[in-house]
Amino acid sequence: MNKKSILLADDDRDYLEQMQFHVEKLGFKTILANNQKECEEKIETEKFDMAILDLMMENEDSGFILSYKLKKKYPDIPVILVSAVTKETRFVFQPEHDDSWIKADKMLEKGIRPDQLQREINKLLKI
Amino acid sequence: MEKLKILVVDDERGILTGIRRVLRNFTVSFPFHDEDFEYELIDSETGEDAIEIIDSQDIDIVLLDNKLPGIEGVEVLEYIKKKEYDLAVIMITSHASIDLAVKATNRGAYNFVPKPFNQAELKSAIQNVTKHLFLKRMTKELTSEGKEIRFKFLSVLSHELKSPINAVEGYLRMMEDKQLGNDINAYTKMINRSITRIESMRNLIMDMLDFTRVESGKKSRTIQEIDIVEIAKIAVDSILPIAIQKNVSIRTHFPDELIKKCDAGELEIIFNNLLSNAVKYNKEEGQVDFVLKKDRKNVIIEVKDTGIGMSEEEKSNLFKEFMRAKNVKTRAISGTGLGLSILKKIVELNNGNVTVETEVDKGSTFKIEIPF
Ligand SMILES: Nc1ncnc2c1ncn2[C@@H]1O[C@H](COP(=O)(O)OP(=O)(O)OP(=O)(O)O)[C@@H](O)[C@H]1O
Repeated sequence: MNKKSILLADDDRDYLEQMQFHVEKLGFKTILANNQKECEEKIETEKFDMAILDLMMENEDSGFILSYKLKKKYPDIPVILVSAVTKETRFVFQPEHDDSWIKADKMLEKGIRPDQLQREINKLLKI
Repeated sequence: MEKLKILVVDDERGILTGIRRVLRNFTVSFPFHDEDFEYELIDSETGEDAIEIIDSQDIDIVLLDNKLPGIEGVEVLEYIKKKEYDLAVIMITSHASIDLAVKATNRGAYNFVPKPFNQAELKSAIQNVTKHLFLKRMTKELTSEGKEIRFKFLSVLSHELKSPINAVEGYLRMMEDKQLGNDINAYTKMINRSITRIESMRNLIMDMLDFTRVESGKKSRTIQEIDIVEIAKIAVDSILPIAIQKNVSIRTHFPDELIKKCDAGELEIIFNNLLSNAVKYNKEEGQVDFVLKKDRKNVIIEVKDTGIGMSEEEKSNLFKEFMRAKNVKTRAISGTGLGLSILKKIVELNNGNVTVETEVDKGSTFKIEIPF
């Protein structure tokens, strides 16, 4: 069976490498982007089955912008947004609402453990 | 009961009556506030009308459609922002457009309600905005002596503080779970990265302390006649080790002495910041020219480097808190993005001004003028 691949975007190099480690250990391929701009390029050029995007990169709402662009191109690819400050940001985030203007499937606070991560990924990829 | 005034700006009659119906007997209560909130509705069909109403009455909440017959909703938003009115705006958008959403958020919109909306959506939006307004006003009261705590600043600050903690915690967990096996040597990189993150967090905390000291008051200033050249020399000495490491040479162009009444600590912060940036963002074997001089009115400080320079966009954000240019060239350079905002505050405290000239890959010159 072909390995599924996951696009990871984060401007925190340590966090990106840790995510890469865990996601690869779960048996996925990874495509990495170090910032919003790089991620926009990867969305245009790469093939992937899922994306995990940091919320605050160059912009306070980089993750929202990226997931909007991604969903426009690939409506069926699941997107997880991660942030260190889900609680502090004022964005009212309700992914359950189909008409919510934020097009992501899940929002997670950073600091997530590998087993939780695995559960979320499997759920969204329906594995 | 506390009454909040909601201004509904929409040219569709149906929407207006709908909102009226939903909010007629609607109240919001909070455990930490004795009084319930209820709402009084005022409507207008154009942005022009809305502005007149906002100018003449105390409005608390605006429900604003973007598509209006005359000026657009975002223009009303802009006006409210410019006038710094203490009210919260909820945009009503018919199609979830991120462009509009981002634009409106930047201009201060608090939230969005997609159109058509149902009762529950409208109620929850009103409930949220009421809480937001209430807390904002309460904070404003608490901090009315000019120490306004800005939401944005706090959310960015907590982001900057939590990111290194997350990174270090992530590494520790990987070690705890022995992800790379039993040999401690396998973890060297993780340990080193953790130490680096902790060091930069320490710098951030130090900068934060400087920042709040400058923000919160002029109390601890000691203004006396000092020789600026002396302080500049010490600043050069303390940056020298880093400059040598990077093969950057520092040339000073100082008069014999330059006496001015000011706070020595503040000058130190200015010099340290400019020099450390001029070295950090320089090239291998680059140059720094450090000039002190005066004209009839001002002391002039100039720090010129031959480093990576900045784009127009980076330059325009330069003095914002936590702004760091993010590109390939700056990725490996650590910093908090607070230095220059502190510097700017100090310069302003001394009635001076800062200007920057910069060109990508050529270098930057920071010039500060402080009146005698
Ligand atoms: N001399 C310079 N040349 C090129 N870029 C600069 C220069 N000085 C500042 N910058 C840019 O401006 C940003 C903000 O600078 P600032 O001094 O506020 O923070 P910092 O260097 O990131 O951190 P620190 O406060 O720890 O010095 C830097 O991250 C850098 O991108």
